[in-house]
Amino acid sequence: MTPEPSSNFTQASSWATDWQNLFYFEVGIVVFFSILIFGAIIYLGVKYRRRPGDEVPSPTKDYLLLEITWTVIPAGICVMMFLWGTALFVRNVLPPALSTEIFVLGKQWMWEVQYPNGRRDINELHVPVGVPIKLIMASQDVIHDFAIPAFRIKKDVVPGHYTTEWFTATKPGRYHLFCDQYCGTSHSAMVGWITVMEPAAYAEWLSRGGTGKSLAEAGADLYRQYACSTCHETGRGPSFVGLYGSPVKLNNGQTVVADDGYIRESILNPSAKIVAGYTPTMPTFQGQLQEEQILQLTAYVKSLAKREGEGKKAAKQ
Amino acid sequence: MSTTVAEIGALPRVHYLNASYGWKSWLFTTDHKRIAWLYLAAITFFFFIGGAAATLMRLNLIEPQGSLLEPSTYNRLFTLHGLIMIFFFLAPSIPTVLGNFLIPLMIGAKDVAFPRLNLFSWYIFMTGGTFFLYSVIAGGVDTGWTFYTPLSTTYANSNVMSAAMGVFISGFSSVLTGLNFIVTIHTMRAPGLTWFRLPLFLWSMYATSIIFILAMPVIAITMVLLMLERFLHFGFFDPALGGDPILFQHLFWFFGHPEVYILVLPAMGVISELIAVFSRKRVFGYSFVAFSSVAIAALSFLVWGHHMFISGESLYAGLVFSAFSFAVAIPSAIKVFNWTATLYKGSISFDAPMLYALGFIGLFTMGGLTGLLLASLAIDVHVHDTYFIIAHFHFIMVGGAVMGYLGGIHYWWPKMTGRLYPDRWARIAAVLVFAGFILTFGPQFILGYLGMPRRYAVYPPEFQTLNVLSSAGASILAVGYVIPLIYLIWSARYGPVAGPNPWGAKGLEWTTASPPPTENFEVTPVVTEEAYAYGKERSERA
Repeated sequence: MTPEPSSNFTQASSWATDWQNLFYFEVGIVVFFSILIFGAIIYLGVKYRRRPGDEVPSPTKDYLLLEITWTVIPAGICVMMFLWGTALFVRNVLPPALSTEIFVLGKQWMWEVQYPNGRRDINELHVPVGVPIKLIMASQDVIHDFAIPAFRIKKDVVPGHYTTEWFTATKPGRYHLFCDQYCGTSHSAMVGWITVMEPAAYAEWLSRGGTGKSLAEAGADLYRQYACSTCHETGRGPSFVGLYGSPVKLNNGQTVVADDGYIRESILNPSAKIVAGYTPTMPTFQGQLQEEQILQLTAYVKSLAKREGEGKKAAKQ
Repeated sequence: MSTTVAEIGALPRVHYLNASYGWKSWLFTTDHKRIAWLYLAAITFFFFIGGAAATLMRLNLIEPQGSLLEPSTYNRLFTLHGLIMIFFFLAPSIPTVLGNFLIPLMIGAKDVAFPRLNLFSWYIFMTGGTFFLYSVIAGGVDTGWTFYTPLSTTYANSNVMSAAMGVFISGFSSVLTGLNFIVTIHTMRAPGLTWFRLPLFLWSMYATSIIFILAMPVIAITMVLLMLERFLHFGFFDPALGGDPILFQHLFWFFGHPEVYILVLPAMGVISELIAVFSRKRVFGYSFVAFSSVAIAALSFLVWGHHMFISGESLYAGLVFSAFSFAVAIPSAIKVFNWTATLYKGSISFDAPMLYALGFIGLFTMGGLTGLLLASLAIDVHVHDTYFIIAHFHFIMVGGAVMGYLGGIHYWWPKMTGRLYPDRWARIAAVLVFAGFILTFGPQFILGYLGMPRRYAVYPPEFQTLNVLSSAGASILAVGYVIPLIYLIWSARYGPVAGPNPWGAKGLEWTTASPPPTENFEVTPVVTEEAYAYGKERSERA
């Protein structure tokens, strides 16, 4: 059933191919100049080795043109490397708008993966081939790093922040997952597998595991359990309907976009950003909610945005 | 050399080594040459402890499941290795041993500007070292040398406090040493020794001293914040206490990257001396080499963010830090090209110090060039935190700084002891170090490219072949390090007498006796020519 593990040489994501081209270019530069310098040292060393007679050579004058040449040429090459590396990086900073979101929670010493439909896995990530996947990552304790060598990507998973990383897998197979940021005693055991599947097989696989509630449903339960509605549906606090992804005007005049990080911060540190027209009365939920539960609440808030969006669309039509 | 020995015959009757006797004459000395020996003894001790830790690590990595150690022990060993090598061996190595010994000799002075402060710096260093050794004996530290939070402040159950205290204290030693060197070079140069007649070693010591003074306080502050959070739960870095772990990384690397240049700039200075004397040439493009040291020191403070490309740093910060990281490569390239050009039409002899110098140029070139891949935003995304980084910075720190240090020790050993070591053994050791080094760290570039993460006590079996190669190389490297220890100690007592200038070198330090008298020069020398005036000799002879 499980495919054989693939070599880390494999270029298994769309980014990996672009990455590889730049890598070969830069390795070419390294090899060229290494050979140049080693070659020059050996050639000059042999040619000008000290002969019997204890000669003293005549001094060589500095040569400004030469100094300029070997300043300008490396500088030009550096500019090329900088531009190519930066362009590639910038082009891939933002995930495509229609990415499938999967939540990753790092903790000492395992990866907990949660799919939107509520399926959960430990140290295993399943993704469909050809679909952009956006990982929204949080850490429950120390800094971890979610690295997939065959995709040529990694990103730190930092407590107190959400970080994201995205990819489009291009080859079905089974690939290594490593924690790349030292995270304590069993750091080297914080490894797992990425399984890239055909979309149909993925859909089938996903439905088999979704026994519990979806993330949004679990979030709705928490919403009720913590009685968020006493404020957020009565006008004492801002409403969540249509909130996610929309700009929010703050009482200090700034405007922020309500993304995952904003929602997370507003739960844990409510007085950091006060929505214009409201008073800072909400207590902090720091220490009461696990990262996982915050993810679920965020998924619930997101689900409210979708309903509103659909409503708007319907109204326009 | 044999003719020189015949001419000289015996050591001077009184010199700094036999001017006074007894342990007090050493532990309370203010002679910069004796203080250099105090440092030499201390850092050699630390080097072999750090080396032993590396040996155990490489043994463990022969087998994927770890042939020797529990992960918790392995983690303590790499932390020990990193902390000891960086703070207690490499950073002090060339500045405190060769710098202390040579700066007054090279500028024609009797001592450094503040001799008692110099001795005090050694005691501070030893106090820091003692705190650190306590943390090791009490069970070790397992945070990695980077002390990343909140692992170090909240989650680690090891001796973080005493290790951080050791780093905090030893930093003051470097600040005071840097201060001492800067004042010495400014105020105590012999008549006629203008800035552009200074040996390039002094330019690089000067640049290093500036970094000491500017960067070391930052790590001291960072360690204080870390200790406050760990001990008193002040919320600086741990988000659970209201802090931000990324703030720690900014502070740490604001010190940490200049620190890399603290390690390699002094070695660059040594190499400039060695290349000149063993090809009997003025260093090509003297002023370019000199100013590139200053440029490196300045730029080193603007690149720290390249350690954080994948930590969620903003895109714009990443762009700027990437650009500066490429920029710092240029002065390094200028140095490499000028050193190589110095060989042109020279009269090159391959004594042991020269072998280290040529090895340095090659390995530093490879280390520097692979650094360009890490400065490249896109490439870094994959190779960051893998063995690629390990290989890269060991090329700079071992291939560069350690080779430079060993080359310098071999070059100035006759001046320090008045005696020669067996040249054949020294050349064998230099070749072993070079070959062992390439075999140890070459395969690690490929391991990193394949994605093997750093700091792994156990690893997937497909990485085994390259790890075995690397461990095999490390065993050769270890032999290459032990051989000099033996013959250098032997030569200090039994080696043939060197005479004042066994290499036929220029420079004031070679105009006085070996070993020099306590006051260095019987009469203050007057300088009438630039450094490395090798060609002059010929016209005088003709």
